[in-house]
Amino acid sequence: MSPAPALQCEGVSVRFVSNRQSVTALEDVSLTVEAGSLLTVLGPSGCGKSTLLRVIADIVRPQAGAVRVLGASAEAARRSRQIGFVFQDATLLPWRNVIDNVRLPLEVGTRPALSAGAMGPEELLRLVGLAGWERALPHELSGGMRQRVAIARALLGGPRILLMDEPFGAVDEITRDRLNEELLRIWRETGTTIVFVTHSIYEAAFLGSSVLVLAANPGRVCEIVPIRLDEPRMLSVRESPEFMRQAAHLRAVLEMC
Amino acid sequence: MQTGQLAARSTVAPTADAAERAFLAEQRWERWRRVVLPLLGGAALLLVWWALVEVFQVKPFIAPAPQVVARTFYDKFGLLMTNLAPTALEAVGGFLLGNFAAIVTATVFVHCRSLEQAFFPVAVLINSIPVVAKAPILVLLLGNGLAPKIAIAGIICYFPTLVNMVRGLQAVSPQAMELMHVLSASRREVFFKLRVPTSLPFLFSALKIATSTATVGAIVGEWIGSQVGIGALIIQATYNFDSALLYATVLCGSAFSVLFFLVIRTIEQLVVRWDTGVTL
Repeated sequence: MSPAPALQCEGVSVRFVSNRQSVTALEDVSLTVEAGSLLTVLGPSGCGKSTLLRVIADIVRPQAGAVRVLGASAEAARRSRQIGFVFQDATLLPWRNVIDNVRLPLEVGTRPALSAGAMGPEELLRLVGLAGWERALPHELSGGMRQRVAIARALLGGPRILLMDEPFGAVDEITRDRLNEELLRIWRETGTTIVFVTHSIYEAAFLGSSVLVLAANPGRVCEIVPIRLDEPRMLSVRESPEFMRQAAHLRAVLEMC
Repeated sequence: MQTGQLAARSTVAPTADAAERAFLAEQRWERWRRVVLPLLGGAALLLVWWALVEVFQVKPFIAPAPQVVARTFYDKFGLLMTNLAPTALEAVGGFLLGNFAAIVTATVFVHCRSLEQAFFPVAVLINSIPVVAKAPILVLLLGNGLAPKIAIAGIICYFPTLVNMVRGLQAVSPQAMELMHVLSASRREVFFKLRVPTSLPFLFSALKIATSTATVGAIVGEWIGSQVGIGALIIQATYNFDSALLYATVLCGSAFSVLFFLVIRTIEQLVVRWDTGVTL
């Protein structure tokens, strides 16, 4: 028995209408994401990467097309807390300390009861490497640490799908490398399906089981490129000729679109 | 240039303790300066005041010498306090009522766009009328006694707080709203968990302004046909050419205003403990 795909988009189109012009952010996007995989979404700015994530998370309603999340509608998936979202900025509430920020999902909306197997706030902070920082306020943390808190918050309640919108875009490269490696570890340990938006070819290739390359104006699927590398992936894999070859291929695909 | 800096640092490195001590000493000196210099500034001002009165032989009913004001402040302390009590009551009462009404209105505005669009411009317009111009109108409308002065102080607080509170409640980042949407938070939860805390720094900056405007409102209210209060005493002292009492009264009113401000600032420091200057 093959499990239902985590995510299915069929013919999704999104137009934004402003008073001057209407912009087609996404046009006829169809894709399937298997449960437990890590899809990275790569494309130039303005290709609708973020919009695609927002359609899946039921933040933006598409004008046409259908989104199925775990076999149900995007709204049902959102309401039953199957979706975790990590934004470009950590979006922590500055008046709450680290542990209370992670707990926020338990205090609003559907308030999922933590099931026996699901990790609690303290455990999640350990998972993202922030044990001992429970009482710190967000402004006392570095950008990378704040993004770790955001990841812990998104994982609370054990969502089946984690959507990440350029989460490491604002952190320095050294921190970003470490966070990339840790994200892969978290992905392996939790088995969560992850859709990760980035505009870095190397990040896309290093993280992704496959890379969805989007073309811009209007945003549409260019190609889905599977990435084959030795698992578990370590940062050193990025120096391997195999990695270089696949990154070069991604660049070629990007330029072709 | 760079090699120079490197050389300087390498000579400092072995004596890190000395560097730290020097740094701490410098910090102590800096803290000390911050206390002493303003005191010196104040003392200099008093000296100039005293000298001017002495040199030009200014008549006591035109302007009193500082030591005369101090003497009056001490001698008539009972009279000043009797008159401060109603003024303080009016100012604090108006402050509480006016700000409460402003917070409620801001809450309604944020939940009902049409009401906001209809009345917010009016609020901004009324807010732009100076306090001294508003007060006589309100005295005419509300008559004499304690209650109208509370109303004046309250109305004067109301508009700045309303304008700030509406801004504060709307100062929520779009991403934070998206986060609440992903969590399927209700409007009520968004309001109490996100909008209210976001608005607190805005609210407190309005409240700090309101401490002095409420005091001014109460005093200006007392100018017109009142028998007691700091405002009434100012009028009486002026008409009696009792400049020493006038100065002592003004001093008393502003001391209250400063105290009121410090109380609100202390509450702010206890409530708003996060760094409001950083976007997270």
